[in-house]
Amino acid sequence: MRVKKNPLLRTRRPLLPPASRSRAAHLLTAAAAEGRFELACCIGCGRYAWPVPEACPECLSDLAARSAPRGGRVIAATTAEVPADAYFRERAPWHVGLIQMDCGPQALAHLGPGAKPGDAVALSLVLDRAGQAVLHAMPKGGDVMTDPQWRHMTADPRDRRILITDARHIAALPLARALLRAGAAGITLGLPEAWKPLPGHADFEALPNLRILPLDVTSDRSVDDLARDIGGKVEILINTADLPRPGGLGLPTAATDARAMMETVSFGLMRLGRAFGPAMAGRGGDGDLGAVAWVNLLSVFGRVPAPGLAGLSAAHAAALALSQAMRAELATGGVRLMTVFSGPTEDAWFQTFANPKVGGKAVADAVLDGLRRGLEEVVVGDMARDLLERQRDNPKAVERELAQGRF
Amino acid sequence: MDVLTTLTTALASGRIRVVDLTQTLREDFPTIVLPPEFGASAPVRIERISRYDAAGPAWYWNNLSFGEHTGTHFDAPSHWFTGRDLPRGTVDTLPPEHMIAPAVVIDCSAASALDDDHLLTRDTLEKWEARHGRIPAGTWVLMRSDWSKRQGATYANLRADGAHTPGPDAGAMRFLVEERAILGFGTETIGTDAGQGGDFDPPYPAHHLLHGHGRYGLQCLTNLDQLPPRGAMLLAAPLKVHEGSGSPLRVLALVEAA
Repeated sequence: MRVKKNPLLRTRRPLLPPASRSRAAHLLTAAAAEGRFELACCIGCGRYAWPVPEACPECLSDLAARSAPRGGRVIAATTAEVPADAYFRERAPWHVGLIQMDCGPQALAHLGPGAKPGDAVALSLVLDRAGQAVLHAMPKGGDVMTDPQWRHMTADPRDRRILITDARHIAALPLARALLRAGAAGITLGLPEAWKPLPGHADFEALPNLRILPLDVTSDRSVDDLARDIGGKVEILINTADLPRPGGLGLPTAATDARAMMETVSFGLMRLGRAFGPAMAGRGGDGDLGAVAWVNLLSVFGRVPAPGLAGLSAAHAAALALSQAMRAELATGGVRLMTVFSGPTEDAWFQTFANPKVGGKAVADAVLDGLRRGLEEVVVGDMARDLLERQRDNPKAVERELAQGRF
Repeated sequence: MDVLTTLTTALASGRIRVVDLTQTLREDFPTIVLPPEFGASAPVRIERISRYDAAGPAWYWNNLSFGEHTGTHFDAPSHWFTGRDLPRGTVDTLPPEHMIAPAVVIDCSAASALDDDHLLTRDTLEKWEARHGRIPAGTWVLMRSDWSKRQGATYANLRADGAHTPGPDAGAMRFLVEERAILGFGTETIGTDAGQGGDFDPPYPAHHLLHGHGRYGLQCLTNLDQLPPRGAMLLAAPLKVHEGSGSPLRVLALVEAA
């Protein structure tokens, strides 16, 4: 239940947990950002290590991130009532425990409620509020969503106010439904060109705690005006603004389409970031219901450019590059930026593309899952996953394949 | 007293009023909607460069961007394929003497209030002439629908089968262009044609016939209810855009006080 904060009190400034890490320790950051459980593993002797050392403590060989068994057992548990660190002191009491991992190492982990020595636990690698990979241990069979410490590190929409920037996106309605089911306190839905009909308007209107307000991310005035109204009342922003216009450079409308896509996908994101970013970053420490996450829905073709989607690929690549800058700025307040990559969606613009395509509900489910797990990067749909895997495996091959229209 | 001095004196004394027929050029004003597989006009955008701030401490200015056919705007003959080969068919070559011309107003507001798809016909024009006299050659003909009193969605009035807004039928346009040699035709709606004009014969008769004969269009006008049926003088000078097919503009009417 959301409790209104006392407007006479100063808003708490955001603090972050200790953020310094060695370059070697970032070995696991990508896994935590993408929701995989991996540990440092020696490429020579195969032993796992924690925390991430510079070299294998057993044989001095190099280490690589490898998926690992998630099981462990609590050796010791304690509660820090008055932690020395300012971030944890604000959130005390804080539970920590020493865990004997099934795969070998012992590790200090954030501990779920009720865990005591001897208990079996399931480990997760999660990004803390500073964006660093840390271990979380939950008693076997327990639900991490019931752990307040997990909530501090992730972005559960429960009791939070959410802005979805474009009601015309294929995922807008499924997202609104999923977020309200997940306990969101309220949803503001942006509507560009409000003078045009909104398909499914009645379905949106039927949802409780949802309001539709004008928002056009291609307009400075529109974005700034909405931020003036509600910028300090958004805990999760989901940018759904998109303008998919497939086509290569030879298309007669290629230049105008590319410009329009850039305006919406790339400059639109910049406008939103400029107007809403500072307000959200400033509220990263605003009690239990402070701002927590910014979500960008982007096309996988921003990472794997396709000649048949030249302008679209460029616009999304530009937005992806901007996202990096926004992530750094939002991180000053502990607000997480999550990028959700999908392939062709089930709408009129990708009508001629072969299946499997991504539906709005799949995108919505991925966003909700990513928020609850505090992820930075989510990939939706088989085509997007396949393209990224092929690119990792052989980038030149996938470049040639896409040039031949082989998605 | 020479003519211009007389005019200046009349303006100063209020005997001649200046009526602004222009909608404010703003970002949320509806624009023409085409099937999205066609190229789309850029919307009106006003982006601040500085406003007495760190980006320019003592000055305020904006960057503007818009398509040629946004806001209250002018259609030149080259806008339509029928006028593509005509001389002086773009806004930069337009004869400047055409930018100041008389105007008559056909009041279709009552019928348009009853029917979103109301059509101005030759019959209506002939009845108007019977009451107010023949429409002179070289005149702007303005169709008053009071559509400018609407806003947003009701102004665009888009439905699943397209826009529903009043306009002229082909017979009215033939009559005005071929038998009355008008200078141009103006409306309060987004186009000079009716919202469903794409289904007429020929499609978009106002565009087809006006521009094919080297005549002009004005759309998104306002305050037509302040003009007399005849006797107003229009000042409509589009921006001198190189090879431009049209442009947003300020349209002013001079009206003699009754």
